[in-house]
Amino acid sequence: MTLWRGIWAGIALIALGLTIFATVPAGWLWPPQAMHLPFAAWLSAGMKWLTDSAAIGPVTVKGLTRAFATLIEAPYEVVKVLLVDGITEGKGRRATTIIPPLSWVAVTVAAVALGHYARSIWLGLLAGALMAYLAIFGQWDSAMVTLASIAIAVPLGVVGGVVQGIAAWRWRWVERVLTPILDLMQTIPTFAFLVPILVLFGFGPVAALLATIIYAMPPMVRVTVVALRAVPSEIVDFANMAGCTPWQRMRKVMLPVALPDLMVGVNQVIMLSLNMVIIASMIGAGGLGADVLESLRRLNIGGGVEAGLAITALAVVLDRLSQAMSERVARSEPRKGNWWRRHPRTTIVLAVTLATGALGYLIPALQDWPKAWQITTKPFWSDLIAHINVNYFDQLEAVRVWFLETLLLPVKRFFLALPWPFLLAVLTLAGWRLGGLRLAALVLALGLFIAASGLWEQAMITVYLCGLSVVLAMVIGVPLGILAASNQTAGRIIGTVVDTLQTLPSFVYLIPVVMLFRVGDFSAMIAVVLFALVPAVKYTAHGLRSVPAELIEAGVVCGCTRGQILRKVRLPMAVPMILLGLNQTILLALSMLVITALVGTRDLGQEVYAALATADVGRGLVAGLAVAAIAIIADRLIGVAASRARAKLAAT
Amino acid sequence: MTERPVKLACRHVWKIYGPHPERLLAGGAVPTMEEIRQSDHVGAVRDVTLEVAEGEIFVIMGLSGSGKSTLVRCLSRLIEPTGGEILYDGEDLLKASPARMIEIRRHRMGMVFQHFALLPHLTVLENVAFPLEIQGMDRAAREARAREVVQLVGLQGREGNYPRQLSGGQQQRVGIARSLAVEPDLWFLDEPFSALDPLIRREMQEEFLRIQRQLKKTIIFITHDFDEAIRLADRIAIIKDGAVVQVATPEDLVLAPANDYVAAFTAHVTRSKVVTLGRLAVAGLPDSVAGTLPGAARIEEVAERIVSADAPFAVERDGQVIGHVTPAAVISVLIGRSA
Repeated sequence: MTLWRGIWAGIALIALGLTIFATVPAGWLWPPQAMHLPFAAWLSAGMKWLTDSAAIGPVTVKGLTRAFATLIEAPYEVVKVLLVDGITEGKGRRATTIIPPLSWVAVTVAAVALGHYARSIWLGLLAGALMAYLAIFGQWDSAMVTLASIAIAVPLGVVGGVVQGIAAWRWRWVERVLTPILDLMQTIPTFAFLVPILVLFGFGPVAALLATIIYAMPPMVRVTVVALRAVPSEIVDFANMAGCTPWQRMRKVMLPVALPDLMVGVNQVIMLSLNMVIIASMIGAGGLGADVLESLRRLNIGGGVEAGLAITALAVVLDRLSQAMSERVARSEPRKGNWWRRHPRTTIVLAVTLATGALGYLIPALQDWPKAWQITTKPFWSDLIAHINVNYFDQLEAVRVWFLETLLLPVKRFFLALPWPFLLAVLTLAGWRLGGLRLAALVLALGLFIAASGLWEQAMITVYLCGLSVVLAMVIGVPLGILAASNQTAGRIIGTVVDTLQTLPSFVYLIPVVMLFRVGDFSAMIAVVLFALVPAVKYTAHGLRSVPAELIEAGVVCGCTRGQILRKVRLPMAVPMILLGLNQTILLALSMLVITALVGTRDLGQEVYAALATADVGRGLVAGLAVAAIAIIADRLIGVAASRARAKLAAT
Repeated sequence: MTERPVKLACRHVWKIYGPHPERLLAGGAVPTMEEIRQSDHVGAVRDVTLEVAEGEIFVIMGLSGSGKSTLVRCLSRLIEPTGGEILYDGEDLLKASPARMIEIRRHRMGMVFQHFALLPHLTVLENVAFPLEIQGMDRAAREARAREVVQLVGLQGREGNYPRQLSGGQQQRVGIARSLAVEPDLWFLDEPFSALDPLIRREMQEEFLRIQRQLKKTIIFITHDFDEAIRLADRIAIIKDGAVVQVATPEDLVLAPANDYVAAFTAHVTRSKVVTLGRLAVAGLPDSVAGTLPGAARIEEVAERIVSADAPFAVERDGQVIGHVTPAAVISVLIGRSA
């Protein structure tokens, strides 16, 4: 052990020395041109073949994608008619509405009813208030476009995920095929999904929907497999002993028993869909995401903040409602009487819908919140930011410059000055020490892929920004987690804040940061830290809370002070959990980092973003895969470290 | 017991886990424990041959890891045995098609589980009616039948509750009711009372004997609790490392353990709980007896009467007097001096 500690310290010293003093020959600093393999060209050619000539039997892939698009488009149109367009006659400006879409009153009442059904009238009122907020602040139409996409993406994502999950549970080989694909899909940045979809399906809401579904499905697959596995073996035995056919066993026993766990997955699909629908505005999803994007591009501060708040409101409504649904306890006494007595809430919602639909012709305010009554906060936000920027510019600038000069630039120089064979060797050594030859080989292969992709510089910038953000997130997050775990009130407050932060789509984080610090690495870093903070706090608090009470009592009996219990009992026991939190923090940071390309970083994210703008599939995918490679290296190394730490604690 | 027809028989049943379990049994080989272990296999069930008679309570007793749960799952074919035959009313279950197996399980087998295995999303009544629902029985008929069995296990009034609203003992009553809803001939109980508190366990054992007196099923009962085995069993099979060590009535087991392993269990058993009058009876009749008692009665049940009468009793079996017992003999058993 001490030997290895010495070796690692030596390696760190050599690295520092190399970057400060040595002049490294060109081919050794970054991978030489001769090493580059034209991955991008290959992928582009493959994609071209796929779209132009590939066929499964008589059906071309192009035909297949078209058919698929139509399949999604039809229900999407229906939902859009319901929520946004209504039934109209004529086109464009001359269109006249025959039957209006659902009125804001009807949708708000439906949200209240859903909240009441899922938990309590208080949840209903919260949901209703947030929906009313959307109407009053003039975000209704955009919000409904976004909601329509989610209303289609979520059922498709859930059903697709459950079906794949069942297949993976049932057949070993399906799981073996799916697992690496799911791993890769969760580490590939969101933008990278968009490029091939853009090429296959073109620009527009359907392509955006498809990207959303593909992005949101993997967690549902995983949750389904885990939930089905968690069904007690005795219950499976019982189903067999009762003489169930395999179909009966799945439908009447396995799925109902697994339902509470599956609902957790549904919540995840909803939140991921929202996140992706916002990002997918880049390929034409429309709605609130498009508003944010537009504001960011034009630096329209007020508009951006307003759209961001609207997204937040929508996110909170969707998250709280779906969470409450998953925790809902079944009523033991079924209601009696005729249909409307048994379904009072559905009846009210239907009545309100019809009534506001009909009365809307006479009193337009019931249909659409009148423009004249809309409250806009745009000037307020613009003024506030302008005020801050005018009066506190020096202070803000000082902070920015300080961070840039003392932290960002030196670290960046360090990573860019590291010779690539040295870094690869160190990573491979770490892989070998932690997880044996297989892990070492994996790390080496992924590292060589990055080296051969010709994106070494961008990859190093990614590593530096991500690494620094993760360190900051941990430095802030772990103490917050400790505080949350040791003080009830603080725990509740931090919990609420963290939960809310978690529901926000990544896009939203960019808005305040850009407003205050303009574009650049520093803004990107703050956005990434904010976004990646959540797991650092959550896992630390969870790890500390789940230390067995017996151990703490043992500490108290030994005469430990509170500080000693924290340092000597709880923190060491929580190490595996904190490591898992670190792992999650890194993955989140990487995914956010790619999105910060919008605020002008020069890393792999920028590469993907540029590829998106030019619909260059090869370039986008290679950069995306390079990000995935970094993520997988970090994930595997830390994952192994965490499980080793856990094994060590279990053994003692 | 032997005169009753055999309901379930298993012959040379094996369950071996590992890379190539079938190779170990190829050509009718009978591998030893060492051979199995050395080839990186685990012998969960080894060469088990048993016969369970109709209407018998057959207890399979073993410590945790002895393979008793695997064995009962082989008998019901929830686990596919590596080799052997399982004959249910003469039909080899291992040769039955999946469809035939579903048919047999739907109508002729019931099983009670250690952790109840109730479906959390269904009420008591729906849980009990579930096996009937699977068969496609209509709602009215299956609920009527379910109400009958709920009554049988004494849970009337609880039909609308969900499992989480019931105590452990009540939940297992639901499990018992559910397994009886289809009126199976063969009833598997896999450690049904192990998860319950001692007092409740006692109560449930009584309840179980009451139900069995009424229904007279053929029962295979798994337990790790030797006292439970002795209380309930007509015959007990002791298993260790997946193999049967001894099959005998509780009385024979206690009085003549086959080896030290069995003796270790029986050493602390109160003799009066297992020894029957028939075993204690000596031939011939004294001049006067205080009465006649059945030979199958356990000493514990009749000791009070014999000792307080302070006179010998005649012992009869199948209507024939086979001898007599004296209070002194009974007392020796009670204080553990002889037998």
